[in-house]
Amino acid sequence: MYKYDEYDHSIVASRVEEFRDQVNRRLAGQITEDQFKPLRLMNGLYLQLHAYMLRVAVPYGTLDSRQMRMLAHIARKYDRDYGHFTTRQNIQYNWIKLEDAPDILAELATVEMHAIQTSGNCIRNISSDQYAGAAADELTDPRPWAELLRQWSTFHPEFSYLPRKFKIAVIAADEDRAAMRLHDIGLQIVERDGRHGVAVYVGGGMGRTPMIAPLIKDFVPFEEFVSYMEACLRVYNRYGRRDNMYKARIKILVHEIGAEKYAAEVEAEHAHVKKLDLDPPRAEFDRIAAHFADPAFETGLSDEIDRSDPDFAVWLDQNVAAHKTPGYAIVNISLKPTGGIPGDASSAQIDLMADLAEKHSFDELRVTHAQNIVLPHVRKADLYAVWQQLRDAGLAEANLDLITDIIACPGLDYCSLANARSIPVAQKIANRFADLGRQRELGELKVKISGCINACGHHHAGHIGILGVDRKGTENYQLSLGGSGAEDVSLGQITGPGFSEDGIVDAVEKATDVYLAQREAGERFVDTYRRIGMAPFKEAIYG
Amino acid sequence: MKILTGNDLASGDVTWWTGEGWSRHVEEAVDVADQGEAIAHAEEGARRVNAPYVIDATDTPEGPRPAHIKDRIRALGPTVRPDLTLKPADPNAGSWVI
Repeated sequence: MYKYDEYDHSIVASRVEEFRDQVNRRLAGQITEDQFKPLRLMNGLYLQLHAYMLRVAVPYGTLDSRQMRMLAHIARKYDRDYGHFTTRQNIQYNWIKLEDAPDILAELATVEMHAIQTSGNCIRNISSDQYAGAAADELTDPRPWAELLRQWSTFHPEFSYLPRKFKIAVIAADEDRAAMRLHDIGLQIVERDGRHGVAVYVGGGMGRTPMIAPLIKDFVPFEEFVSYMEACLRVYNRYGRRDNMYKARIKILVHEIGAEKYAAEVEAEHAHVKKLDLDPPRAEFDRIAAHFADPAFETGLSDEIDRSDPDFAVWLDQNVAAHKTPGYAIVNISLKPTGGIPGDASSAQIDLMADLAEKHSFDELRVTHAQNIVLPHVRKADLYAVWQQLRDAGLAEANLDLITDIIACPGLDYCSLANARSIPVAQKIANRFADLGRQRELGELKVKISGCINACGHHHAGHIGILGVDRKGTENYQLSLGGSGAEDVSLGQITGPGFSEDGIVDAVEKATDVYLAQREAGERFVDTYRRIGMAPFKEAIYG
Repeated sequence: MKILTGNDLASGDVTWWTGEGWSRHVEEAVDVADQGEAIAHAEEGARRVNAPYVIDATDTPEGPRPAHIKDRIRALGPTVRPDLTLKPADPNAGSWVI
């Protein structure tokens, strides 16, 4: 875990007091809402449907038990006893009072957390692989690279007012668990001639114009990593459109001028930037990387697990992933109980997950972009005890990557931008497919639901994607098939006319029926779709 | 009818213009006719409301019902958490929204 140094503590503490003064001035009428709005947004404070909403950053999704307990404390003391984990690996509180916001930020600062750059046209929280540092398939831990970017991008004077918001993901495995190529910049750490560097993908994103980021450079060595990122952002800042917010993201720039032209512009800029001594010395990277050193894993542990409890065995098969160290495993905690609200957790559940992390996972937790929680380093011998406690807290749903492990944005139940509700659709689909045997028969099937075209629910990247729209004041839902945010990245295609809330659930079921009837051995839903195409699905859904 | 809504500046709570002040309960909202913008401007200036705006509503025996589902959700609370709405004990409250 990265630990703040004196400088980190200082800038966060200063920011809290600065915001406290801004809030006081707003409440006293010394500044207007027009003047205050950009200030509160820079501190993660939105005004949503029912109240202010605070988005707290969880850098690259990593946090420790002390931080997790603070999130529970804030839910209990300042909100309505729950928090919502988001597709950006952050947490949001939906019922915040403006007058409490400075105190909340002050409390967060005591555990090295903040809400800085969780809104606005700046570089947002850097996201990463939730299995970082634990995965059996990673080249190296991507988090030191992500932390370097966090430090580079925090309060970067040139990139605080970009044409539009900017999202970066860093991974270090061929299996993409972070939707890397659907970010403004996606980075994969790769090795060449014994050196680590990054493959750089630029111009991906979802929203109203979804794009898969093209590769613009296959290898940037560590020694030029930061300066190359600087060049990428400078070119965007120079040429990105500011006249039309719908065309302001970097994906539009890269698409309009072409990846080759963009890459050439970056090369030219980089030739200048790399002389500016922006790249940190290796010793500084090593200092950061030391924070992410492996915990003291025990050696000689057995890999044997007693599977005699059948419910535990199912959870083991579905929610537990391979760890790089013998005797250990990665535990996925599903925040998708049948009929529940995807990503929501009560303060008691958050506290329990913190306790489990402290006792069984070297004090570490991760937030996933699929709105689940991970305990990255659990001894296999402890899995049954962990599962029992999760089960007792309603956190042992064995549905990772199954049809009920649905990503859903807050939608019209909470969000002022939304056109339709997302959560009730997720709940109805989960209830329709509640039988775990049926879910497992369907296998990996990623359903993603957004309540508006901004696509916070990643619907473009769903094997089955659902987009809520407003049709003359009535909620309507478009269905798309064939998307993926993983290493087989693709964008879903719309099936045809939209559906009512109940109709969309029927349509999803019909799509799964086609899959079951047509699949070949070993095929997932998305594989069958890619092989047979849209026509059989359309016929079943609309026929 | 036209009604005026916004959020309380300090708490963020959804509020409705009653003709004399602001209420958390939409049933107490009054028709502002063509005066909505002027009231909003004055009230925002006095810091009694944040981000006010005028919406269409239907006059019903139970009081004004906002025309758009978004404002009905604002008026009651999230449909997926009846316990957090203004009427947690009313099992039929959600049908008013939908």
